[in-house]
Amino acid sequence: MKSCLVVDDSRVVRKVARKILEELQFSCSEAEDGKKAMEACALNMPDAILLDWNMPVMTGIEFLRRLRKMTGGQGPKVVFCTTENDLAHIQEALSAGANEYIMKPFDSDIIQTKFAQVGLL
Amino acid sequence: MKVEDFDMFSTLLKQRSGLVLTKDKAYLLESRLMPVARKWNMKGLEDLAQIVRARKEEALLRDITEAMTTNESSFFRDQKPFDMFKQLVLPKLLEARSARRQIRIWSAACSSGQEAYSLAMLLQEEAPRLSGWKIEIIGTDISAEMVERCKTGVYTQFEVQRGLPITMLVKNFKQNGDKWQISPQIRQMASFREFNLLGDLTPLGQFDVVFCRNVLIYFDQVTKGKVLEQISRVMPADAVLYLGGAETVLGITDRFKPLEGQRGLYVVADSGAAGAKSKAFG
Repeated sequence: MKSCLVVDDSRVVRKVARKILEELQFSCSEAEDGKKAMEACALNMPDAILLDWNMPVMTGIEFLRRLRKMTGGQGPKVVFCTTENDLAHIQEALSAGANEYIMKPFDSDIIQTKFAQVGLL
Repeated sequence: MKVEDFDMFSTLLKQRSGLVLTKDKAYLLESRLMPVARKWNMKGLEDLAQIVRARKEEALLRDITEAMTTNESSFFRDQKPFDMFKQLVLPKLLEARSARRQIRIWSAACSSGQEAYSLAMLLQEEAPRLSGWKIEIIGTDISAEMVERCKTGVYTQFEVQRGLPITMLVKNFKQNGDKWQISPQIRQMASFREFNLLGDLTPLGQFDVVFCRNVLIYFDQVTKGKVLEQISRVMPADAVLYLGGAETVLGITDRFKPLEGQRGLYVVADSGAAGAKSKAFG
C-alpha cells in the first residue's frame, strides 16, 4: 500500500482529500503546515504528497524546496492542490520540483487522473 | 409527460441523431427539454410537443436534438488509446504512408473537441518525426454549438484538469481569467465542422484513423451497424478504427475485425479481394 501525506491547513480539505485517497488505496497521514510536513517526512518519507500552497508557519512552496534538498526528498511525487490558479504559480511549483498541480476546487476524478499521470496508480 | 409526447420526441430523436431513448429516460427528456421550451417561450413540454407536431420548424427541431446529445469528454480520455496511437498506430502509418506523407484523422462526434486537441498535442510532441508530413485532424459533431466551442478552444479550469498533464497545460494553453484557451499553434492543427453521423459520410473524404468512441452506445443495433458500415466506406483497407471501451463490432457488422491484442482497435475486415487486406496492421 502506497503512503500519502496530505498537507493543508484546512481540516475539512484534509478530510475530503484523505477520503478520496483512501478509496484509491493510499494509507494517509496529515500535516497542517509545511513545518509539520517536514517533521513527518524526516520521520517517514511518503510515496506521495498532496500539498497546499498557502499555510501558516511554512508555505507549501517553501516546504517543497526544502524537501527536495533532504536526504530521500527526491523520492515522493508531489502534487500541489491549491487555490492559486495562475500560470506563474504553476510554473514556480514545477521549477521547485512539483510533479503535478491541481487547482481547487477538485474532485475525486481529478485527483485520480493526476495521481495516475505521475505513476502513483 | 404524456406517453404520446414521449413517443413523439423519442421518434424524432431517433430519426435525427440515432439516439435511442427508453421509457426510463423520460426524466432526461424533461430536464433537458425544459430549457428549450423556455427559450422558445413555451410553458412546458406539452406546448413544445404540440408545436413540434404542428409545424416542423428546423431551428426548433435542431435545438431539441442538440439538447439531448450527451457532451461528455475529457483530454486524453482513457489514456490507453492515446498511448497506443503513439506507440503503434502512428509508427505504422508513417511507414505505410511514406510515399504520400499524408495522414488524415477523424474525431467523430467530437463533442467539445478534447479528443481532437489531445491528438494535436500528442502530434506536436512528435513534430521532429513529422516534418514534411501533412497531418489533418478533423472533428465533427451533430451540434453546431459544440463545433463553435471546439473552434474557440476555450476550456474551464475543471475541464483542463481532467486528463491533461500540467506540463501540457503550461505548454499549450493561455490563461484568460478563469478560462484556458489552447494555443493558436495547436488550434490550427485541427478543424471542426457540423456533421451528422447518420448521413452520407463520403463528403468527408478518406481517413487513416477514425476515433468513434462512446458514440455507438447511444444507438440501437441496426443504427450501430449502419454507421459502422458507412464509416468503413471512408477508410482505406489499412486504416484503423477506435471504438470506446464498452463498444464492439462483434455481432453488429462484419465490415470490421478487432486488431489482435489491441483492445478497442479495429481494422476493415478482409473483403476477400486480393490486396484488400490491411497492409499496415494485418
